[in-house]
Amino acid sequence: MSTSSPPDRDRASLPTRVRYRIAKLPVLLAILLIGLLFLIPFYWMFSSAFKPEEEIYRWPLQWIPSELVLDHFRRAWDAVPFGQFFVNSVIVTAFGATFKVTLAVFSAYAFAFLRFPFKKLIFLAVLGALMVPGHVTLLINYITIGNLGLINTYAGIFLPGLASAFGTFLLRQHFLALPKEVLEAAELDGCGHLRRLTHFVLPMAKPAVVTVALIAVIDEWNDFIWPLLVTNSVQMRTLPIGLMFLKETEGVDQWGPIMAGTVLVVLPMLLLFLLAQRYIIAGLAGAAVKK
Amino acid sequence: MSLTVQHPGSPVVAEPAAVPPLQQRPVAPAKRRGARRRREYLLFALFALPNLALIAVFAYWPVIGNAYLSLTRWDMIAPSPTFVGFDNYATLFTDPSFLRVLRITAVWVVSVVGVSLVGGLALALLFAAKVPGRKAVSALAFSPHILSGAAVAAVWLFLFDPNYGLSRVVFSLFGMDSPHWTTSSRWALPALIIVAVWKGVGFVAIVYLAALQSLPGDVLEAARLDGASRWKTFRHITFPLLSPTTFFLAVTQIIGAFQSFDLIAMMTGGGPADATTTLSWFIYSQGFMQFKAGTAAAGAMIMFVLLLVVTVVQLRYVEKKVHY
Repeated sequence: MSTSSPPDRDRASLPTRVRYRIAKLPVLLAILLIGLLFLIPFYWMFSSAFKPEEEIYRWPLQWIPSELVLDHFRRAWDAVPFGQFFVNSVIVTAFGATFKVTLAVFSAYAFAFLRFPFKKLIFLAVLGALMVPGHVTLLINYITIGNLGLINTYAGIFLPGLASAFGTFLLRQHFLALPKEVLEAAELDGCGHLRRLTHFVLPMAKPAVVTVALIAVIDEWNDFIWPLLVTNSVQMRTLPIGLMFLKETEGVDQWGPIMAGTVLVVLPMLLLFLLAQRYIIAGLAGAAVKK
Repeated sequence: MSLTVQHPGSPVVAEPAAVPPLQQRPVAPAKRRGARRRREYLLFALFALPNLALIAVFAYWPVIGNAYLSLTRWDMIAPSPTFVGFDNYATLFTDPSFLRVLRITAVWVVSVVGVSLVGGLALALLFAAKVPGRKAVSALAFSPHILSGAAVAAVWLFLFDPNYGLSRVVFSLFGMDSPHWTTSSRWALPALIIVAVWKGVGFVAIVYLAALQSLPGDVLEAARLDGASRWKTFRHITFPLLSPTTFFLAVTQIIGAFQSFDLIAMMTGGGPADATTTLSWFIYSQGFMQFKAGTAAAGAMIMFVLLLVVTVVQLRYVEKKVHY
């Protein structure tokens, strides 16, 4: 910034540096404030889930619980089968995401590397599916799933979501961007398509596949309107639907159990986010920027 | 299947001797190419068909089926729908309560998208400043985007509770009582908008931040060297350069806001007095609470057309590639 000799620079730039710091103070404060704005709801949820009952309804407010109790979880559990909801969510998410990613990988490979008459046109049709809003499909998919006899089953919950236009599109883009030489070398070595997919394309495109998988898990776990429609017994509810059900059966003021249920819904995705932040943000935000 | 015949027992090492004699060569490749192509078609079908079939059954067929259903009257129990032509649409567009639904939807979409975009851009500019803690805070702000809407709604229902929620604390600082957010027809929609913005603004900020970081640094620097003020640089250079991002975000946010459902289901159930009945809730309640499949389908078609217009405008825009 200033002259090159060390002692001179130190003397000359110290005040500027300090001034620079002070100029940044408002920014720092603003960021701190925003941090609080996003932290407080989380803090509120966690602390209320573990607070003793009477401290939730105390005025002035008890910010820091005097002790941590599991009472609310027990009460939520007694009111509705939360354990069952959790298991349902895990099953639906695991099957839904696994099938969805597998289907997307295979069809993306087909569109990227295999020849087929009218391939471009068919791919356009896949992209067209991205334009169909979920609400348009509700009634007819409900009838279709009903005709298949899958109302109130796990398959009924995850089957319509397996149609993966976005995953296919995203993976195809990544597959096409892979180094051609490697794949050509593999072909010359007599490597078949299945082997090329599993031994070359998948390892090289791993970040993209992981991203698609994470997005599938998040979507499946959080899905609301479809599981709400397609399940009609308490035993088949997934966590988000169970949470609404708990609110309705317990009445609005039962904040302890409701927050306990909320923690159960939110915690797995928060942990996933902590572990795989980079992939999740790259997948959800990155696609937007490259446009 | 395979044309290169190889006996299972034959040792692979001895292969060189098995190269076909020269005079056979002109015939073989053409045949082989045709067969290989056929095999590739088969493989394509094998790889792509399951996904294509699902897309056909669960994305395309519903559009056709829904379009037909919107021309019928059906209680979802009677063996088949009764064809009534455009009756459902005529009824909807002359019904003041449906026009109110459209108005509420417009207020909802415009406020959620508008506030998210402006707030998100402001956040991104803050996050772009090199101050400690910005990375942690931007990740924190992004995190609600990946959480269940029902869970986020539950937390905010509690925060909005006029007796035991944070709302009481905040309002008591000003010596006021908290409004009864979700049970008052005046405050319910604003409450939902606050939650939707809180949930989505971090995503907008991260997208803007990534776009900011990919801007050509030399242009901005040149402007600064020419003595342009911060605001002028932003107004005349940064913001125009961000316009493709802004447009993309606007479109995706509009599509999301139109369809947002779990916040409403959890917090207000379309009420009080239909004050939060957006098109999305209208479709659900007509179809699955009042069992008027035809009306619900007509509502869904109206949403479809509105979103199609938004998407087509985007495609047109992307083709023109403004400002680049």
